[in-house]
This record gives sequence, structure tokens and C-alpha cells, in this order.
Amino acid sequence: MANPCEVEVLNNALSGIGVDEKSLVSILTKSQNEHKKSMRKGCSKFFLEDERQFERWNDSAIKSLKAEFKLFKDVVVLSLMHPWERDARLLKKALKKGPPHYNVIVEIACTRSSDQLLGARKAYHSLFDRSIEEDLASHVKGSERKLLVALVSAYRYEGPKVKEDAAKSEAKALLNAIKNNNGDHKKKAMEEDEVIWILTTRSKPHLKVVYEQYKKISAKTITEDLEVELLLKETVECLCTPQTYFTRVFDTALREDAKEDAKKALTRLVATQEDVDLKGIAAKFEDKIKERVKGAYKDVLLGVLADDRQ
Amino acid sequence: MATVSAPKQVSVKEDAEALRKACQGWGTDEKAIIAVLGRRNAAQRRQIRHVYEEIYQEDLIKRLESELSGHFEKAVYRWILDPPDRDAVLANVELKKSGNKHHVIVEISCTKNPEELLAIRRAYHARYKRSLEEEVAYHTKGDTRRLLVALVSAFRYYGEEINTTLAKSEAKKLHEAIKDKKFDNEDVIRILSTRSIAQLQATFNCYREQEGTSITKNLPKDSSDEYIAMLRMAVRCLKDPKKYFEKVLRRSIEGIGTDEDALTRVIVTRAEKDLKEIKELYHKRNNVPLDKAVDKETSGDYKDMLLTLLGNEV
Repeated sequence: MANPCEVEVLNNALSGIGVDEKSLVSILTKSQNEHKKSMRKGCSKFFLEDERQFERWNDSAIKSLKAEFKLFKDVVVLSLMHPWERDARLLKKALKKGPPHYNVIVEIACTRSSDQLLGARKAYHSLFDRSIEEDLASHVKGSERKLLVALVSAYRYEGPKVKEDAAKSEAKALLNAIKNNNGDHKKKAMEEDEVIWILTTRSKPHLKVVYEQYKKISAKTITEDLEVELLLKETVECLCTPQTYFTRVFDTALREDAKEDAKKALTRLVATQEDVDLKGIAAKFEDKIKERVKGAYKDVLLGVLADDRQ
Repeated sequence: MATVSAPKQVSVKEDAEALRKACQGWGTDEKAIIAVLGRRNAAQRRQIRHVYEEIYQEDLIKRLESELSGHFEKAVYRWILDPPDRDAVLANVELKKSGNKHHVIVEISCTKNPEELLAIRRAYHARYKRSLEEEVAYHTKGDTRRLLVALVSAFRYYGEEINTTLAKSEAKKLHEAIKDKKFDNEDVIRILSTRSIAQLQATFNCYREQEGTSITKNLPKDSSDEYIAMLRMAVRCLKDPKKYFEKVLRRSIEGIGTDEDALTRVIVTRAEKDLKEIKELYHKRNNVPLDKAVDKETSGDYKDMLLTLLGNEV
């Protein structure tokens, strides 16, 4: 008979984010059939008793577990990959999966440095015998196409020099495009040429000044005004206030009801961002990580985000 | 093939000294400058500039700018720069001109291979502290902007693989857009600015097979609409750059007066690439060698510089 303690350990090992491999190993190696039977009865989250009094695995639980086990494998594979191959593959996958995953394309195009994005484009040539722009342009439909193609094609200037006057007038232009749309409420800001060229060609330091200027002339920030247009909002966030974006990824992934995509986003961030600032954000979530994340995946997260990492 | 005759072994120190001598004292020995610079390739020119600065503590380019003038000075200045830097300068000069005519931008983005275009974009960052795309976007609007930004941002796949089915369907899309006079059609810009050169060539060939005429013949010539004119130019550059350059040369020389800017630009930017083939095309088309036409239409040191770059001994 398995004691209630062991049942609880099993439940814990399989709940949360990732799985507690060590606990699972010790449970399995110590259990015999009678033990396992009472564990099945005790873990109603994972096992169901059907009308023939036969305890079987809950199919959807197996599916979720698969995803949890996979987190460690994903972070390993992703972390060891050359950054260019990584980004090229992530872009391809996002494109293949369709519109709900286009935010990954935005994330990569906007949070990488100019040369990193270029490297990803080169890797894409090597891996898929086509350019990313070609694939995006021919597979993305609608207003997203212009935005996404332009974002991945950017080779932004990275110096600090910013033209204040231009930034001021561009903030104004953005405000007009977002608020008015020339009275045509069906037209999204994403479809405005002004919006596209400002966000997809200007340097990041320049856009940060535009962001500040916008706050001065509007009651809200650009991201607040773009609540309805999610893709555009994330574009602005990643370009102008990446810390907000990173914080949100952590927060969403570490919640009780976190979905698979949210956890994948966390894996992606951890494996790809070598940003020193990420550690600052991660520090805020250290306790949550220790509480909700399990096993090898937790060790990777804590290890990678620790301060003494090279 | 290149027309510039640069010897394999040179003494960049002697070259620097010769140039120094040419600039010292009263007046300038332009012939000496042409004799050295006009016969050096990009790597050698770079080394000469470096050595000159080391020995004489001044920038050779600035020195030459102050010593020379007119079309000759412009030609030497453009010639002595590193190719990507040169194209960045040409692009910037073009964008600062008023009006919506930015043919040089089309030329630069559609006649270079992907790595070259990338090098130009980097050089633009370094020189102007801005990206080429944002500069183009800032100075243009509407359809012209959409086309030009897309063209300069392209980082095309540069393999030889082509997809024939795709070429056929895209040829059809292009034809439909042209037939309905919807030149600002999203597909048109998308195809021209994202497909690889090999794929585009295949598409243009399919177009000719399907329609019986080449795509360039179906695009309105001499349109007053700047966007259409640039679209046609982009197609011509992508389809057959050498033929395009031959025409630029021909246009710059024929008629009353000479367009020195265009003449200098083509000769300087192609002298180390394929000016030889362009010359042959010119000769075939005009029954007179390019060298002879340049000899006739230009004069002085400017003429000598061009002829030297064309491979002549002056």
C-alpha cells in the first residue's frame, strides 16, 4: 500500500511546470504493483476509474504531461543550437503554425540585434533554400503581411544618434494613424503606411524617443492605445519597452493556468536571450520559479538566470 | 569582366608618394593621379589611402577633394571610395535631390547581389548614422515608398534553385496585374522584392512563354507616373543588368550635352565588374566603340580618367 505521503509526492512531481525527475525515479524504483494500484487510486488528476472499475490514465493528462516532459528537452536543444539556426527554425515553425503564432515572428524580429537578425536570415537561406521574406510574403495574408515582411527585412542603425524633431513629428503621425484612421473605423493602424515605415525602419533608440514623445501628446502610451491590435502592440513593446515584454512572458508562464504556448515562450526567452537585463527581471520571479517549476527544467532556469553565469 | 588594368604587384608606398608629389606645390599633376589611381583595384586603393595617411598624417581623399574640381573631381572621389561606401554615397546624393525620382536607388538595389547590397547598407550606417531604409522611407511616399523600401531591404536567397510551378503562377500574377493596370498590386511588389534572382529570371522567362512578349515590353514606357517608371526600371535591372547599363550609357551620351553624373556612375561602378561586356553591348548597339564616344563627348582630365578606367593608356 502506498502511503498518502507518496501519493502526494507523485502528484507534486507531475504538477506545475516541468516534472520532478528525481522524485519520479525514487517512486518508481520503490513501487510494486500494489503500491502503484493505490497510487492510481490516489491521483485522481491523472487516473480515471471507468464503468468497468478499471483505473486508466486520463488521456488529456498524458497530453499535458508530454508537454511538461518536453520542456527540458526543448530548452536543451534550443540552447545548444547556433543562435542563427535557432531563430531561423523558430521563424519557420511560427509561420507554419499560422496567425496565432505570428507573435513569435514579431518577438524575434524586434528583440534581436541587427546583425543577429541578419544571421537568422542567412541561416534561413541555408536551411530552407528560400529567403524568410519570400516565405512570409507568400504565406501570410492580410494586413499582417506588410508588417511582418518589413520587420524581418529591417537592418536597423544601432548607434545612439536620434533626430529629436523627426521623432516628435513621427509620434504625432502615429497618434493620428491610431486615433483617427481618417474616420474609417474599419481600417487598422497596422494597415497605415506611415505606421509601418516608422516602426520597421527607424532605429530602436529613435523609437524609444518616439515612444516618450507620444506619451507627452496623448493621454496614454502607444501600447495602451493599441490594445485592440495585438500584433502591432507587441511590435511596439518589443522595440520600445522590451523589459515590459519579458516581464509579461515570465508572469504568464508561471501562472497556475499557464498554457503550453506561454511555457514555450518562457523556454524560448531563456534559451535565446543573453541580455543582462533579463537576469534582473528573472530575479523578481525567482521565488515563483522555485515554487511552480520542477526538476531539470527548474535547474536550467535558475542556473541560466543566476548572476554568476558567464 | 573588369576593364581596369590593375597590375598584380604594386608598391603602395610608391603610389602614395607619387600622389603626394602630384598634389604638392603649385597646381596639381592630374595625369599622375590618373596614372596611379586609374590603374588600381579596390583593395590596392584602400591600401594606398591607409599608407598615405600613415606617412603624411592626412586623409588622401580630403586632399584630393581640395586639389581637384568639376566632373574630374567627382569621378576621382567616387572611384577612390570602397565600392559599398561609394554606393552608399550615391544613394544618399540621390535621396537628397528633390522630387520623387529615385532611379539610382532602384539601380543600386536591383543590380547588386545580396551580399553587396548588405555591405552597402552597413556602409550607409557607418557614414550617415541612419539606415538606408529609413532614409528612403523618409524621402518618399505612397507606392514609390513601398516599392523602394522593399527593394533596398531585400536579402534575397542566392542559390540557383528554382521552382518552375511557382515561376509559372507568378508570371501569371504579374501578367494579370499589368493587364488590369494594377501596378501597385501587392503581389507585384512582393514578387519583385523577395524572390531570388534565379527565380525571377525563371518567372520572366515563363512570362515570355505565356504572353509571347517580354514583360518589359508590356510595362508602359516613358510613363509620367514615377512609380510605374521605377517599376519598369526595377524589372529591367533584375532581368538584364548589363543591357540596362548599356542603355544608361547610351542615353547619357546621345543627344545634346552629356549627362556626366550618369556616365561617371556607370563607368566607375562597373569598371571592376562587367564593364567589358557592357562595352561590347554598346558597340553592337551603336556601331561605335564606347571609348570613341567618350573621347568625343568629354574632354580634359575628366575624359582621361574615364578612358583610363575603360582600360586605355592615355
